[in-house]
Amino acid sequence: MRAAVLLFPGLNREGDAMRALEQVSGAKTTLVWHAEHDLPAGTDLVVVPGGFSYGDYLRCGAIAGRANIMHAVRAHAARGGLVLGICNGFQILCESGLLPGVLMRNSNLKFICRMQHLRVERNDTAFTNGYAARQVIEVCVAHGEGNYTADPETLRALEGEGRVAFRYCDSAGKVGGDANCNGSMNDIAGVYSAGMNVLGMMPHPENLIEAIMGGTDGRGLFESLANARQAA
Amino acid sequence: MARNEPEITPALVAEHGLKPDEYARILALIGRTPSFTELGIFSAMWNEHCSYKSSRLHLRTLPTKAPWVIQGPGENAGVIDIGDGLACVFKMESHNHPSFIEPYQGAGTGVGGILRDVFTMGARPVACLNLLRFGAPEHARTRHLVSGVVAGIGGYGNSFGVPTVGGSVNFHTRYDGNILVNAMAVGIAKTDEIFYATATGVGRPIVYLGSKTGRDGIHGATMASAAFEADAEEKRPTVQVGDPFSEKLLLEACLEIMAKGCVIAIQDMGAAGLTSSAVEMGAKGNLGVELDLDMVPCRESGMTAYEMMLSESQERMLMVLRPEKEAEAEAVFQKWGLDFAVIGKTTDTLRFVVKRHGEVKVDLPIKELGDEAPLYDRPHVPTAPAPVIAPESVKAPATNAQALLRLIGSPDMCSKRWVWEQYDHLILGNTVQRPGGDAAVIRIGDGPKGLAMCTDVTQRYCEADPVQGGRQAVAEAWRNITATGATPLALTDNLNFGNPERPEIMGQFVGCVTGIGEAARALDFPIVSGNVSLYNETQGRGILPTPAIGGVGLVDDVSKTVGVAFRAEGEAILLVGETAGWLGQSMYLWQVCGREEGAPPPVDLVAERRNGDAVRALILAGEATACHDLSDGGLAVALAEMAMAGRMGAVVQDGPAGLPAHAWLFGEDQGRYLLTCPADAAQATLAKLAAQGVPATRIGVTGGDSLNLGGEAAILVSDLASAHEGWLPHYMSAAPAA
Repeated sequence: MRAAVLLFPGLNREGDAMRALEQVSGAKTTLVWHAEHDLPAGTDLVVVPGGFSYGDYLRCGAIAGRANIMHAVRAHAARGGLVLGICNGFQILCESGLLPGVLMRNSNLKFICRMQHLRVERNDTAFTNGYAARQVIEVCVAHGEGNYTADPETLRALEGEGRVAFRYCDSAGKVGGDANCNGSMNDIAGVYSAGMNVLGMMPHPENLIEAIMGGTDGRGLFESLANARQAA
Repeated sequence: MARNEPEITPALVAEHGLKPDEYARILALIGRTPSFTELGIFSAMWNEHCSYKSSRLHLRTLPTKAPWVIQGPGENAGVIDIGDGLACVFKMESHNHPSFIEPYQGAGTGVGGILRDVFTMGARPVACLNLLRFGAPEHARTRHLVSGVVAGIGGYGNSFGVPTVGGSVNFHTRYDGNILVNAMAVGIAKTDEIFYATATGVGRPIVYLGSKTGRDGIHGATMASAAFEADAEEKRPTVQVGDPFSEKLLLEACLEIMAKGCVIAIQDMGAAGLTSSAVEMGAKGNLGVELDLDMVPCRESGMTAYEMMLSESQERMLMVLRPEKEAEAEAVFQKWGLDFAVIGKTTDTLRFVVKRHGEVKVDLPIKELGDEAPLYDRPHVPTAPAPVIAPESVKAPATNAQALLRLIGSPDMCSKRWVWEQYDHLILGNTVQRPGGDAAVIRIGDGPKGLAMCTDVTQRYCEADPVQGGRQAVAEAWRNITATGATPLALTDNLNFGNPERPEIMGQFVGCVTGIGEAARALDFPIVSGNVSLYNETQGRGILPTPAIGGVGLVDDVSKTVGVAFRAEGEAILLVGETAGWLGQSMYLWQVCGREEGAPPPVDLVAERRNGDAVRALILAGEATACHDLSDGGLAVALAEMAMAGRMGAVVQDGPAGLPAHAWLFGEDQGRYLLTCPADAAQATLAKLAAQGVPATRIGVTGGDSLNLGGEAAILVSDLASAHEGWLPHYMSAAPAA
């Protein structure tokens, strides 16, 4: 699998994403600078990693969402190519129009870094086929603006079309209440595009790929991507 | 002399923080009245913060060398060899005064400054830590300061992209008017690619990099060298404004041009900005420096030479580049969208010359600016010894369980989760031991090596007995690193004290430095970098003496490190070290009896070393499943912390006959650890320790859902956890004091 990892000024989790892609997915990764116009030939997967593109000084992801390279990413997605946005990457995908909704300030108005349980809503996608349906996984969150917000119509569509990828939950899989760390509507931690080939998520599976670092539940997502590539 | 510049009067000299005899020294040095800009430069170079004029004499007594030390104090950061061609670069620095005035920006730029110190030397930052001291919780400003400082540290470090993995947060009324914000950064470089501030070669271009210069932070270092009066709020314009995004770009651009071999010398613009960075580069290289300020990228128009030389705008660097690589370096900076300007050159005149609009504004002897800074042997009186408090004379609690719940739910000892969950402590994917334990452990790259690090000081010990307090601060850092299984290698210190012009405060300083030196020597734990923050005094009232120690250790294989959590049911709990039940200056005496009294526990450095070396060997041999050092709150608190971390109880037997139970449980004797090991291995482990002359006893067994302390009613671990986790979030969410 060939993965293009986008680099905007201010992103800082590109190394973490590349490590997971290389070590778990067995992907060949290339860093792609934001000013480029084209993705490397043969790109299977585009990853927009986490960080603070342009300092998050405007709206999170607003400037990056309009960068040169995003035209190429939209074209890649339109062809059915896979796109994964994590944290700031999710915000960038929302701003670029590839995913609906917006990430608002966490409801407690603070940056939150902690371990977090997620419920995998379905396991028939390129990103989650390595998990069981409704599996509860534990990864981490690290964001100040992860409060997923959308208008009622969008929410209905997301729910109706099965486009919610992950929900915040407790260790028993119960969603809502204190398990929702940032106030996201419907406890949404990640959403798919209509074609199910674009995933944006706030939590960081890429940081939970080794037991010594506190867990391996993030591996499933990167194993899924490798499986999807083999099946393709 | 230019028009519109103020006349140099005694009042103006005093406003610049220069004493009459210091001004006389300036006149003698240059043989004429200084220009306004020159006066500003002297004020910037000769203030306490930059010149260490009160502390230098005593700092010289500290041990700074070891075979693994590559660079000791005097550069941007200390450097130690960690093998495999790699070096660890680290330093701690204070941003106390600015953080009190404007907590978010003050703390954030403190983090930014220390990160810059580390990457200036060619290292990529891999971890941040901090040590914070706030006023009493009931003080009207405390909640606001905690909130702002924590958000500021997170705001900068999270965006920059370095994990903040450890720290220390305490409260005391003596910090009501002067909080402490000490930030530490740790980076990794190749041993053969470390960069220094020393310029070489005449006629080389001096290049300005990074953000533009504005009018912020003017006189920041001078402000940080004075005590606060009632007007602290009015000093807000001296606080710099941080931009972590620019700093991240500056990091990437600097490391890129260093890798391309473009850089001869590099110095970040920290305290006293352009002035101290330019003077330092020239003076260290025995060269003169000539600057043309018209070339400096400015954020606002009409800035004077005085303002530009004293601005402390952040995220700026000064470099001497290889002339043939200038274009290559400029292209890198353009790619990252950063300013790049040649603003001067090195000369052979040994003069520091600054021009603005074609006019010479400054012409000073460059070496004397630093070398001839005043040096004071300030009068100092030792702190009077405090009486030793016998354990029998301290009143017992109603129940030990109640006392324990009170201690672990007190402001100093409660969980600081509310704080460290606002810091990204997991980015880079290398955090093995997370915040909340003894020391943080991070893996170096893909491993298996790792670094352990922590920040420590027990200020109430330092107040009661500066020498023992200084020793204890070093010993505790050494012990915290040891408790993970790592070998402590070197430390950075941040010496926070009150007004050095008071002999009793200077006595605290001298005492603490003495104690730090003694412990550092005995433990082979040299000081490789540091910072001194004096004048932490408001309206005549000084802080507790707070010599913060930031320790760094190395472990060959991070998978061999252990944490504090109980791991399995039925394991033996071993107590290593001597327990005499020392209650003087203990948390028990303060929090339960309301007494801040007595002599602090003495630190036996020979026992410290012996016990620690034995414990580390057990951990690395895989014979200990968990380890925790004993410090504030003694045995009972350490047991509770291990139980809470492991969500598992324990049954602990009574202490030795003749020792009051509360002294056994809450005494703060030094040099002690708790270990767990499989029950059937306990005898062999104890024998091994005994053979090395290390006192150790088996005191209990893990298991169950409650902590059972010597026959008293058991305390549910979940009750311990609610007391421990509850205080800080509850305090921070309470309505602010009117």
